[in-house]
Amino acid sequence: MRVGHLRVLVTGASGMLGRATATALLGRGDEVTVLQRRPSGLPCREVLGDVADRAAVDRAVRGQDAVLHLAAKVDVTGPWAEYRTANVEGTRTVVEACLAAGVGRLVYVSSPSVAHAGTALTGVGAGPADPGGARGRYSRSKAIAEGDALAADGPSLAVLAVRPHLVWGPGDTQLVARVIERARSGRLPVIGSGAALIDTTYVDNAAAALVAAVDACGPVHGEALVVSNGEPRPVAEVIARLCRAAGVPAPRRRVPFRAAWTAGAAVEGVWAVTGRREVPPITRFLAEQLATAHWFDQRRTREALGWRPHVSLEEGFARLAGSYAATAPAGG
Amino acid sequence: MTADPTTADHAAGSPPALPGLDPAWSRTVAVADAAGTKHTWHVLDNGVTDPVGTLLCVHGNPTWSYLWRRLLAAAPPGWRVVAPDQLGMGWSDRLAAPRPLRQRVADLGDLTAALGVTGPVVTVGHDWGGVISLGWALEHRADLRGVVLCNTAVAMPEGDWGPVLIRAADAPGVRAAVTVGTPVFVRATTALSRPALPAEVRRAFAAPYRSRARRRSVGDFVADIPFSPGHPSRAAQEAIAGGIRDLDVPALLLWGPRDPVFGERYLTDLRGRLPQARLHRYEGASHLLPEDAPQYAGAVAQWVTDLGTDRAVPDRPAGPADGAARRLWSALEERAGDDAAAVVEVGGATVTWSALAARVRHLAAGLATAGIRPGQRVALLVEPSADLTAAVYAVWRAGGVVVVADKGLGFAGMRRALRSAAVDAVIGSGKGLAAARLMGLPGIRVAAGPRALGAAHTLDDLEFLGRSAPVPPEVPVDDDCAVLFTSGATGPAKGVVYTHRQAAAQIDLVRSAYDLTPGDRLVAAFAPFAILGPALGIGSAVPDVDVTAPGSLTAAALADAAAAVEATVVFASPAALRRVAATAQELSAAQRQALERVRLLMSAGAPVPASLLRSLRTVLPAADAHTPYGMTEVLPVADVSLAGIEAAGDGEGVCVGAPLPGVSVRVSPLSPDGRADGPLTELPGTLGEVCVRAAHVKDRYDALWALERATSRDAGWHRTGDVGHLDAEGRLWIEGRLQHVVTTATGPVTPVGIEQRVERLEGVSAAAAVGVGPAGAQVVAVVVVPSGSRRRGRGRSRPRLAGADLADAVRSVAGVDVAAVLTVPALPVDIRHQSKVDRGEVARRVARVLAGARAPRRS
Repeated sequence: MRVGHLRVLVTGASGMLGRATATALLGRGDEVTVLQRRPSGLPCREVLGDVADRAAVDRAVRGQDAVLHLAAKVDVTGPWAEYRTANVEGTRTVVEACLAAGVGRLVYVSSPSVAHAGTALTGVGAGPADPGGARGRYSRSKAIAEGDALAADGPSLAVLAVRPHLVWGPGDTQLVARVIERARSGRLPVIGSGAALIDTTYVDNAAAALVAAVDACGPVHGEALVVSNGEPRPVAEVIARLCRAAGVPAPRRRVPFRAAWTAGAAVEGVWAVTGRREVPPITRFLAEQLATAHWFDQRRTREALGWRPHVSLEEGFARLAGSYAATAPAGG
Repeated sequence: MTADPTTADHAAGSPPALPGLDPAWSRTVAVADAAGTKHTWHVLDNGVTDPVGTLLCVHGNPTWSYLWRRLLAAAPPGWRVVAPDQLGMGWSDRLAAPRPLRQRVADLGDLTAALGVTGPVVTVGHDWGGVISLGWALEHRADLRGVVLCNTAVAMPEGDWGPVLIRAADAPGVRAAVTVGTPVFVRATTALSRPALPAEVRRAFAAPYRSRARRRSVGDFVADIPFSPGHPSRAAQEAIAGGIRDLDVPALLLWGPRDPVFGERYLTDLRGRLPQARLHRYEGASHLLPEDAPQYAGAVAQWVTDLGTDRAVPDRPAGPADGAARRLWSALEERAGDDAAAVVEVGGATVTWSALAARVRHLAAGLATAGIRPGQRVALLVEPSADLTAAVYAVWRAGGVVVVADKGLGFAGMRRALRSAAVDAVIGSGKGLAAARLMGLPGIRVAAGPRALGAAHTLDDLEFLGRSAPVPPEVPVDDDCAVLFTSGATGPAKGVVYTHRQAAAQIDLVRSAYDLTPGDRLVAAFAPFAILGPALGIGSAVPDVDVTAPGSLTAAALADAAAAVEATVVFASPAALRRVAATAQELSAAQRQALERVRLLMSAGAPVPASLLRSLRTVLPAADAHTPYGMTEVLPVADVSLAGIEAAGDGEGVCVGAPLPGVSVRVSPLSPDGRADGPLTELPGTLGEVCVRAAHVKDRYDALWALERATSRDAGWHRTGDVGHLDAEGRLWIEGRLQHVVTTATGPVTPVGIEQRVERLEGVSAAAAVGVGPAGAQVVAVVVVPSGSRRRGRGRSRPRLAGADLADAVRSVAGVDVAAVLTVPALPVDIRHQSKVDRGEVARRVARVLAGARAPRRS
């Protein structure tokens, strides 16, 4: 139970979800500190630095009631060392700092991909993080980090892992922006039948779930919870609605799943050999994400967090359309 | 890690880790036999101390106690379950010499004494374990509380040469090679399973039999089967087979009818020796019943639990008072002097009441002369006709039980159904008798029509014989009178048994609910109703079409039948009525006139849309349209007229009207995972499984003990498997089938209301709402047949994603969150009514599509 306001550190507040969560905590009167490399512009105490930098982390963690750790390298390319430093070592640093400073609760923000080995997930629970089975460097590093964080769960530090699934909303530079950019340039085909059901999470719901996790952490601890809107939709429909909100035509071109997957393998090979850093057109991970079902049983999450999504997909798409309309060039 | 136990050839041991087997159950115990030789047994034992009872489970050859793992897991509270591996088998000690039956029975007794097993004991036996378990039972009568048998035999039925497959294995030169020298017999046994066993389970059964030495007893066991009279074990076997006739303990037979080892005759033999036995036939299951029907474990647990309690005697409404109960032939006798038409075959014979009454009396006497005894079951394979009507009433009058399976089940379905009913005789047309032969039905044959090959009698012969024979006495009103079959739309057709009292109560209810008087005349274009005219005391006509093929009845054929009897009442299925409406323009003026006399139209068998009833106003202008609601197990339950449907308006599901007088309806509310386990309630608006209490509910399911137990678990109430709710006016609304309820995280969602709302959209001709995902966390998907698609058909096409406009339109009316909207050209429907959507099949296809692609393994 929450008595009065909390002192909460949010790492990675420059991203869409970190910013929305910090704003939500501030909005309810909590004393928020944010930690990231570049100024966030949020109206709160700010520590600039890297999560792998123990001194900066110690400074940020000191005196907090709870830490919400979102900072991570989220990408599809780049050498493993970068993922390891940012995601694995960064998380270890945060955990050690929490233990050293006597912080009571740590909410580690993870990803459902830590338990996704490429096969269809239909209405399953969170499942254990599996670094061996996880697809891609990002997922693998997050899986290792989640395991480390949950292993630290104990009498002095309650740890809870929360895995929001495919977070999107206005201002998103990851999922939405990439989908729209590719659709606009005609480089986004429908892979397979487009019928695979996927869960997504509107950003405000994900932020509210993280706030609820900060409050629940303690009585609820030592487990991982998947967060989504609880409204799975066929992947082609999700993409079409994102495109419609942004005013770009939905993809029509179809690529068989096998072809996309094989192309992804080839592209990964080329990228690995040449060391290219730009976002590749297709990877096996992306092909799988776009062609196999992944949606989740939310009952445990909702019971544990006492949280429900308050923005429906329909409302979320409307808000996204509103934001695109507001930023569209005049006459466009 | 200890050495692989299979490498130790003779010593007892414990099994390795195997699927479904709890290592904590395994124990070994050394027991000295009568000769003083010690043998070590491997036993699965759940170790319950001070048990309320013990289940002693005995496997056959060449399995081992692994067969009973599910029963150990499902043991009812307080019950100990003990399942030994017989000596020489499984993980028990290997033997140097064959072990005859008498010795094996004694061994089992020595073992139970060593294990401290005392009463009450229920023995459970499979295959040759059945005989051994019964041998133990006969030697421990004081401790014995019941016997359970699965696919076994205690005797070779007369004229039988023993199970063909086992005899083949016992043939000289074959046995040693097949059973011992190679693992063929061990592997073949588990290959008999239907559906096929998972490979790891087959490996588990083979695990203790990996070497020649370890298989020795498998061969000895086969050799110990007393095929010939001089066999050393023959006396012991005959003593057991005869002895169980005196067993007065409850018995439960669980049977896999696809068993190529122990066929129907072994079941018949066992039922003859244990007439008190309850029977459940698991259709589709084969010899290894505990593998093929894993639910057997729950049935055994329920049955032994019931042994400890007096299940309340169903308190059902009595219906007509005992003495005054009308018989099914009462109206026939009352009109015996009446020369009006009782049965009219359009384009064929007309039979008057007086002629029909006389024919039924004579035929009944003839059937008795031919050896049909009260209580015997007579399959009727005769097309609806005057002959069929006479034969049904004659069988009833002779005390027989009619068994009626219609052609809508298809040949395989009919065969399964009629074999399950264990018929004693067949009355059939030429085609019917030919089918009976193909189905391998036993019993006396009577030809309806010209004498047919293999038929001992014709109906005409019997009628003639009966003229000079006494009419048999009437059987008691609580004796069985009929076995009917459910539609088989979702799984094998189920046999449903009615007593005379229950059937008479149904007739009374139909007569009073629809104000039928002797002045009415019926056209029955719906198979089950075609034979009820004489019992209702009204004349009837059967139209000149195949009544089991709905959709072949034209408006003209209906009019001709109506004209033939000057019909006032028409009963037809919705599929038939669709065709009638579609062919209305072909009617002549005279035909229209015949249909104008009809005052009452009844339609049932599948949901009847109000639009269909409205469209029939032009064909049957004077008819009040009614749709009775009910099922094979109880019909009718409720009734609603077209006006009633219109007054009820739109709601969640189909309004089927208020329960008829004397019928009580309640619902059993659903749990979040979709089980109907709430206490029965009449509270308006509560969703649950529809439960019915009435004098005309069926007596029981036939040869389906576990189903009967589950559907009558609230004493006196029948669980229908439909889900719905009662409204504040007492009307019943049906929202779908229990197994089609979608269990979402926010609670159960029923399909029919969603489908109705979607079907009202422009551009939609049909819809099915189904769930995908695991129980309790499902999401709803709606499959739409767009207008202009082929309307009906096999519906095999792969569902595709609907366009954005259709998806938006469906979501706007569905009333629940819809994860996906898909389209198909046609939905799969049942064969019999061609109108019940097979939502289970739709759900399987949708789940495949919405799971997306299968990712390749990464190297």
